[in-house]
Amino acid sequence: MNASADTRLTKTARLARLRAKAARVRALIVKETRQIVRDPSSVAIGIILPVILILLFGFGLSLDVKNVPLAVDLEDSSFEAGELLASLQLSPYFHTRVTRSMPAAQELMLTGRADGIVRIPGDFARQVHAGNAAIELVMHGGDANRARIIQGYVAGAVGAWAARQAAEGRAMTAGPVSVQTRLWFNDANDSHYFLVPGLIVLVMTLIGGLLTAMVMAREWERGTLESLFVTPVRSDEILLGKTVPYFLLGMIGLVLCVLSAKFLFHVPLRGTLPVLLAASTLYVLVALGIGLVISSAVKNQLVASQLVMLVTFMPAFMLSGFLFDLRSMPMAIRLITFGLPARYYVALLQTVFLAGDVWRVIIPNAAVLGVMAALLALGSRAASRKRLL
Amino acid sequence: MNAPAGEPILLTHELCRQFVRGDEPPVKALDGISIQVRSRALTALVGPDGAGKTTLLRIAAGLLLPDSGQMHVLGLDAAKEPQRIQDRISYMPQRFGLYEDLTVSENVDLYADLHGVTPAQRAQRYPRLMEMTALEPFRDRLAGRLSGGMKQKLGLACTLVRSPELLLLDEPTVGVDPLSRKELWAIVRTLVDEQGLTVLLSTSYLDEAEHCGQVIVLHHGRVLAQGEPAGISAAAADRVYLASPPTNRSARAWQAQLLDEPGVVDAVPDGGRVRIVLSEKAELAHDPLQGPALGSVSATPAAPRFEDGFMVLLRRQAEHERAAKIALQHPLETHAGETAVHVRDLVRRFGAFTAVNHVNFEVKRGGLFGLLGPNGAGKTTTFRMLCGLLPASGGELRVAGADVRQSRAEARARLGYVAQKFSLYGPLSVVENLEFFASAYGLRGAQKRERVQWAMSQFELEAHAREPSIQLPGGYKQRLAMAAALLHEPEILFLDEPTSGADPLARRAFWRRITALAEQGVTVIVTTHFMQEAEYCDRIAIMDAGQILAQGAPGDIRRAAATTDQPEPTMEDAFIRVVEQARARGTGAQQAGAAA
Amino acid sequence: MLDALLRIIALTRKELLAVLKDRRARMSLLVPPIVQGLVFGYAATYDLNHVPYAVLDQSRSAASRQLLAALDGSGVFERIADIQRTDDIRDLIDSRKALLVVQIAQDFERRLASGQGATLQVIADGRNSNTAATASGYVNSAVAAFNARWQLDHALPGPVVHITNRAWFNPNLETRWNMLPGMIGTLTLIQTMMLTAMSVAREREQGTFDQLLVTPFRPYEIMAGKALPSMLVGLVQATGVLLVAQLWFRIPFEGSLFTLYTGLLFFLLAAVGMGLLLSSIAATMQQAMLYSLLLIMPFSLLSGLTTPLSNMPGILQYFTALNPLRYAIDIARRVYLEGVGLSVVTGDLWPLALIAAVTLTAASWMFTNRMQ
Repeated sequence: MNASADTRLTKTARLARLRAKAARVRALIVKETRQIVRDPSSVAIGIILPVILILLFGFGLSLDVKNVPLAVDLEDSSFEAGELLASLQLSPYFHTRVTRSMPAAQELMLTGRADGIVRIPGDFARQVHAGNAAIELVMHGGDANRARIIQGYVAGAVGAWAARQAAEGRAMTAGPVSVQTRLWFNDANDSHYFLVPGLIVLVMTLIGGLLTAMVMAREWERGTLESLFVTPVRSDEILLGKTVPYFLLGMIGLVLCVLSAKFLFHVPLRGTLPVLLAASTLYVLVALGIGLVISSAVKNQLVASQLVMLVTFMPAFMLSGFLFDLRSMPMAIRLITFGLPARYYVALLQTVFLAGDVWRVIIPNAAVLGVMAALLALGSRAASRKRLL
Repeated sequence: MNAPAGEPILLTHELCRQFVRGDEPPVKALDGISIQVRSRALTALVGPDGAGKTTLLRIAAGLLLPDSGQMHVLGLDAAKEPQRIQDRISYMPQRFGLYEDLTVSENVDLYADLHGVTPAQRAQRYPRLMEMTALEPFRDRLAGRLSGGMKQKLGLACTLVRSPELLLLDEPTVGVDPLSRKELWAIVRTLVDEQGLTVLLSTSYLDEAEHCGQVIVLHHGRVLAQGEPAGISAAAADRVYLASPPTNRSARAWQAQLLDEPGVVDAVPDGGRVRIVLSEKAELAHDPLQGPALGSVSATPAAPRFEDGFMVLLRRQAEHERAAKIALQHPLETHAGETAVHVRDLVRRFGAFTAVNHVNFEVKRGGLFGLLGPNGAGKTTTFRMLCGLLPASGGELRVAGADVRQSRAEARARLGYVAQKFSLYGPLSVVENLEFFASAYGLRGAQKRERVQWAMSQFELEAHAREPSIQLPGGYKQRLAMAAALLHEPEILFLDEPTSGADPLARRAFWRRITALAEQGVTVIVTTHFMQEAEYCDRIAIMDAGQILAQGAPGDIRRAAATTDQPEPTMEDAFIRVVEQARARGTGAQQAGAAA
Repeated sequence: MLDALLRIIALTRKELLAVLKDRRARMSLLVPPIVQGLVFGYAATYDLNHVPYAVLDQSRSAASRQLLAALDGSGVFERIADIQRTDDIRDLIDSRKALLVVQIAQDFERRLASGQGATLQVIADGRNSNTAATASGYVNSAVAAFNARWQLDHALPGPVVHITNRAWFNPNLETRWNMLPGMIGTLTLIQTMMLTAMSVAREREQGTFDQLLVTPFRPYEIMAGKALPSMLVGLVQATGVLLVAQLWFRIPFEGSLFTLYTGLLFFLLAAVGMGLLLSSIAATMQQAMLYSLLLIMPFSLLSGLTTPLSNMPGILQYFTALNPLRYAIDIARRVYLEGVGLSVVTGDLWPLALIAAVTLTAASWMFTNRMQ
């Protein structure tokens, strides 16, 4: 065969080449699908595992402050004290237990049966009539987050009591300024609304990376790639043949998670489904891309999986913004988060679920994800050339 | 579109390639290779592990880049245009990656799709392919369920979905049973003769090289010789003799002694006699071998084999390892006639599959026993049960007097084990490894120090005492492994495929050591798939598909397999005869079905 | 007996040698917990120190300015916009530019002056309800300060009821103080369990395990020889995180080191037990990694580290009884912040001991019987 230097191919030749390429990719996809079907571990990881995890974490994680056990040290049995107690008891946030002495209340808190103590002193009624009453709130600092929120609720209950007193004409002023807070997007004040979308991100990150890491490692391990290389197949065809089936698997898992979010956890979907799916497609591609790049470059499944874990799970958990607010982190840490794809997807999901199709948020975040997906595609292409060493 | 016969289809010039692997020192896989491969012929690349065969083939297939030098295949530069070469050739790696979850036909179809073979072409080619490889009845079987030989044949079929201009095969017959080996060779030769295919294959079986049109001998990354096999055999012309040992000596002991003689290039046991290759053309009439230590010898000249020529070439090049005899520190009490290993009705099942099927044999103290058979025969499984690494499913198993099934710990203290792959701790130094294993065997204080010292001096490890074991040169790793196994002065030494892939020189050195140990009363049990090494053993057992087909002294087995056509069969011929007989009897066929 | 002990010591020595000789392994042992301790120590906080907010001030009075000054001066709030119309609120909240929008009505000053009391409208982005609640809590404090000031300045009778707040063990209610002691256990768990799980799998794959099994080593001795070095390494890592908490973040350590380390010892025993059980099940290093990951995920998320255990439904709370991390976090928090003694944490110690006993026994049994 004459190794001709004629690089301009005729149209028919180009078409024939494309058809051959398509045939090869098709053969690889068929092969991969057969392997997935016959070895159910991939199905287990791609579909069953995400759903199990979402159920586990969705039900397990909650930051709601409800039914707080509160000890009320009622040292005054006056009418006014009783009314204040009633105000606390009526609040849906508290589950009150009344004691008559401080040591008894402290005992409750020390043994973990109360998360806070409200002390109504013995001369409360007298103080009220004198126009200057004080009650004491002692919190258990063991969970500072919860403590602060409880503080707010107690203040709210006390304020409500004071306002009722004022309304009934007893000269009781609440402060000159009172605060009325409205919570947009989350009237139910349910922490699931923001936790579950965040968990979806976490789970898909891990699954995407794990799936591909395992898949590539398995091929290297079994030596099937070596034989595959010495055929007309190109490296991008091998990549496509691998990504397409696992992408579909990931998407199925994702859709199931979203369905659980909506129907099991009642997280509202205020945005539109196409936007959600488009954003998710981008993210699954990014997650798969990370896994592919790591496992193609490293070729050693041990190191690959360690890297996947390091680069995906803990950062996605701590630094993606679904749990801890990014704005409050020091600059250095915030810079790290800019490189985390999970961060952008969390912003997208929380917005699409709770706020709706807010384009000012969706477009920039989606664009970043798109760029990441493209870079990773190039990266995995570069890392998986048909070379053994 | 094959080039006319005679033109080189593959050409290299001063090809160099080295590998740096982690903590190990860089290995020069190819050190200035210049070869030519003619078209329409069968060329063999011969050499032990580490010679550079796989590296060469991988560079030809465009899977590796050379460090320097050129490789041209089909007129194309392999470094610059690998894809164009890959479009036109076929390559079967050593461990052909079959997709185990796909059936035979799905695997073949995949490769056909990737090579763009049209349905019409497939219809024409498949029947012949299936017939050649005898895989037709197994078309719908999952590739993972095929036996070793069948997997290799399937791999070959996948590379032949279309007629490539060059076929590269990397050790296609390693570890495969001798029958399948014969069949694979038959297929390859048919392709070359009938279809004018150009084939370059690599092998470490020196006897296979004799059937090829051209041979390239590699050693430590250099070309030792290139040319027709007859030419290489000729290097040993007029120097080869077959001699019977003097009546009061065993062939093995005498052969070991001969190796030490300066005038002798090589001495190997061969059918009860010893094949001797002399360093200079000499006539035995002048009795150069006669000497006070040797006694009188009757020797007949013999035609040189390929291996003989190879050894002559090797000795010219390489520094050969005159292995020291290993001397035990404390001689073992001789209990001649006592049974060291007793195996009765041994069974091992893995689910529905019976890997070891009612195996019986006995080994006497001080004997050298060989377990022969191809991969998948059940040798390793039997071995592991003997060492206490795997519980038996049934039967009796006594090692050094202890019942392995009941009191494994007791048995373990009396045996030593050397695995096929180096399995000591890489990051630890020689001394640290020895000290650890000494402690593991309960050696303490002064005794421990003594034994470690003994091990280091007997196996000549002092020079490398503080080096991390992973960085030791190949031969030293094996020595260290054997030293560690002998620290606690075991009665029995188990060695699993100790010579697989080794350099012929290393193999001879190894057998030298083992022979010395056996002479001193250590019972040695060895597994191997090199049939000719059976000659070193006192007794052997041939295993195939979980059963022992024959056992006894090597000479007896060979004689039993003699026919009028083949009055003096080699061990390999004997094996094939035995297996064919067993399979014909039907038990073999059943087992083949169960194993597959 | 002595023989067994000596063998175990030899194996422990060998493991430590193998690990310490490899520079990369040395690094990967100490550096990740410390780095993670630092990074996550800074990241893992529910406290807000930067709340971007916007103001719709329809009053534009001295009073409103004084109120806003109270907010701006708090060091937490950053005013990013002064808007004029209510329509702009939507845009700022939706696009996440502002976490809160504060709306002051036109009659703000008038109502204050007349003693009627005015209302401050706050609209918060509830996409993260926890953050929103915290932020509005800050607003409340700022407003309370403003109220006190106002009353002082205008000699008005004060709010009849005011609340004094105190907090035990964490006077400033810094969530970081809860996170870091919890991190001691979490970061150590990840490394310890994965490392132990993979160590046996690695030996199997490299073939050294067979060599070990052929010697007189009994399965339980091998396990002890693998458990001890892992525990030692785990202790070193835990100490690293402890030092980060104490020296870098300056969280005062109230308890006794003896109690803490006793608790850690039990915890590490349980973690190592789980790791060994996993490695006896896994056939390859990859499987070992996979299984340990699959356990570590639920363990760390459902441990009480970030969300309270009491919020979980009953069934899941039972599940956490199997989670060694849950106990470790409880012990660490209580010893570190509350300074409790051993007697108090026995409730956490015996489950850990139980987990350790069960997993180690099971692993030993698996090793003996599943040798393939």
